[in-house]
Amino acid sequence: MSNRWVAVLSGGLSHEREVSLRSGRRLSAALRSVGLVVEEWDADGNLLTRLKEHRPDAVVVALHGGEGENGSVQTILELMDVPFVGTDSQACRRAWDKPTAKAELARAGLATPEWAVLPHATFRELGAQPVLDAMVDRLGLPLMLKPDQGGSALGAHVVRDAAELPAAMVGCLAYGNTVLAERFVEGVEVAVAVVDGPDGPHALPPVEIVPENGVYDYTARYTAGLTDFHAPARLDEKAAQAVGELAVSAHRLLGLRDVSRTDAIVAPDGTVNFLEVNVSPGLTETSLLPMAVEAAGESLGNIYANLIERAVNR
Amino acid sequence: MTASEIRALFAVASRPEVVSLAGGMPHLAALPLDSLSAEVADVIATEGLVALQYGSAHGVPELREQICDVMALEGINGHPDDVVVTVGSQMGLDMVTRIFCDPGDVVLAEGPSYVGALGSFSAYQAQVVHVGMDADGLMPDALREAIAAVERSGRRIKFLYTIPNFHNPAGVTLAVQRRAEILETCRTHGILVVEDNPYGLLGFDGVTYPALRSTDPDNVVYLGSFSKTFAAGLRVGWVLAPHAVREKLVLAAESATLCPPTLNQLIVSRYLTTHDWKGQIKTYREAYRERRDAAISALEQHMPLGSTWNKPNGGFYVWVTVPEGIDTKAMLPRAITQRVAYASGTGFYADGLGSRQLRISYCYPTPERIREGVRRLANVIKDEIELHETFGPTVGRAVSGPHSPSPDTA
Repeated sequence: MSNRWVAVLSGGLSHEREVSLRSGRRLSAALRSVGLVVEEWDADGNLLTRLKEHRPDAVVVALHGGEGENGSVQTILELMDVPFVGTDSQACRRAWDKPTAKAELARAGLATPEWAVLPHATFRELGAQPVLDAMVDRLGLPLMLKPDQGGSALGAHVVRDAAELPAAMVGCLAYGNTVLAERFVEGVEVAVAVVDGPDGPHALPPVEIVPENGVYDYTARYTAGLTDFHAPARLDEKAAQAVGELAVSAHRLLGLRDVSRTDAIVAPDGTVNFLEVNVSPGLTETSLLPMAVEAAGESLGNIYANLIERAVNR
Repeated sequence: MTASEIRALFAVASRPEVVSLAGGMPHLAALPLDSLSAEVADVIATEGLVALQYGSAHGVPELREQICDVMALEGINGHPDDVVVTVGSQMGLDMVTRIFCDPGDVVLAEGPSYVGALGSFSAYQAQVVHVGMDADGLMPDALREAIAAVERSGRRIKFLYTIPNFHNPAGVTLAVQRRAEILETCRTHGILVVEDNPYGLLGFDGVTYPALRSTDPDNVVYLGSFSKTFAAGLRVGWVLAPHAVREKLVLAAESATLCPPTLNQLIVSRYLTTHDWKGQIKTYREAYRERRDAAISALEQHMPLGSTWNKPNGGFYVWVTVPEGIDTKAMLPRAITQRVAYASGTGFYADGLGSRQLRISYCYPTPERIREGVRRLANVIKDEIELHETFGPTVGRAVSGPHSPSPDTA
């Protein structure tokens, strides 16, 4: 393996700062273990100066949420002509906005739970209750509420009773101005990582998520022991292949690059529903991508070292 | 929102772009670091073999004498033998709870109360019953009512935990005329008083109130600290306890840590001997008063109608009540987005109250940053009001687990 020197960007100012710092530390250790020279940088006001002065061989974006996933940091790296691992800025913008990603994939014929997107202003202008009623009439209960952008399930609520809706809306809109409401699909929840290789993108084994309390919320994600994971997922061969294909399709259709993670639900009838995609998957001790890597018999360090080579030679 | 979610949001508060009004870190910029470092070097050079060796769990004798001099400022006539040096007063609090409380025992505490104390009580499975406060601190009537209610329920009250001066988080001070009454009530009912007094010397009007311990040495366990008057990172605090309790404390301390760090104790002792520590406290007081003034004037200028707050005359905190319907915990992500952090009120209650309150700490940021932080906070509240006008009153879900900033939050 080469002795490239790379900067791992983590932290930032998003609500997911803490998760990102953990991802950055873990990735940095993995890269050092395969011989790379790594510096961990916070994505702060010194980013441009650092890039100019230090010119790393490549940057790995381990930022979650906000500027790390919405294409802003990627735009800066493109402007500075610094090679980086991950999706380019334009595709980041598409993937980051959950309704945009859902719409593109639905247009291409992929299944995704029916949804509605509304900004706070619409509720204010038309009256909250009639709009909420219309939402429930159409999407049914339970329904899933999440901010239209953002990750780690921050602000996400499963609403089982219409009476819980106003509080869930307030909780959700504390993270942003627009809410994505989705029909709730029961089934097997899986996450599928996709990695680019010489033969194009390929899916790693799907990871099945079984949260102890039924909801894979922030606490269930980042508290060891609160969620059971099965890697590979306990799916039959056909379903396992279908989730892999869905994830690769999402990766291709949205123009993603190097690595992505698609979250999906396999309904009892076997339909694989696309939920959302992450251009900067979590890399913490309890994150899904490292589990998929392990289930594939590979190492995180090697996978990212290969992606770094790809980035440098692009 | 879950406890770990709230804790994660505070990770952003450490970034300089965010004005953190959330933490409780003291303002250390005023410390004379040059002369201090020379003294620390000399401690190692001349007393190194003592400083770097185990000590007694009771604490360094010379420091215990000096602690008695510090406490004398609050009218306490304590004996060095009854002082136990602890790793911050937090350890004292933890040990007192461990010694006195069995699972299910009741601890009375002001509502709201110090979040670190609630954590200790919860760790030993003690049940906290909050007692109301007003602008003059703990209310004697409310105390009597709480005692009666607990006694009727057949539970045992082990002690009253109280922060009489410049309360954390409420910012209020127990009126002097109430002190005797509260002590009398507790004594009559056989309830020990645990007096936590880290801010007592930080009164802005130069007034130092008589400690509860000063008039009732037999029924008060006093917790003191150098964290706010000197240096929090040294983790040197103390307990002054009646003789019988003191012996138990020494044994408990020995099993927990063997001894408090000797070097740190010698540093504090040397500082008290060689520096104008009273002058330093005066410097701190002035710095905090300036920050308090910045916080209060900004609140007056920016806060929306329906918000209320107190004007503390010492300590680190303003306790703010926001307009009805707003849940300060649910509002936190919006605040982080707008680059300001605060501690939401529910963390300071063991019973789920406090959703309409928040704590502003003015101890750490500069006055300019405090003003900017309060301005941002007011905008956050105004946005949240709009949301509540749209969706009507909502009831947030209760959160278990720590949902306040860690001690190193700015």
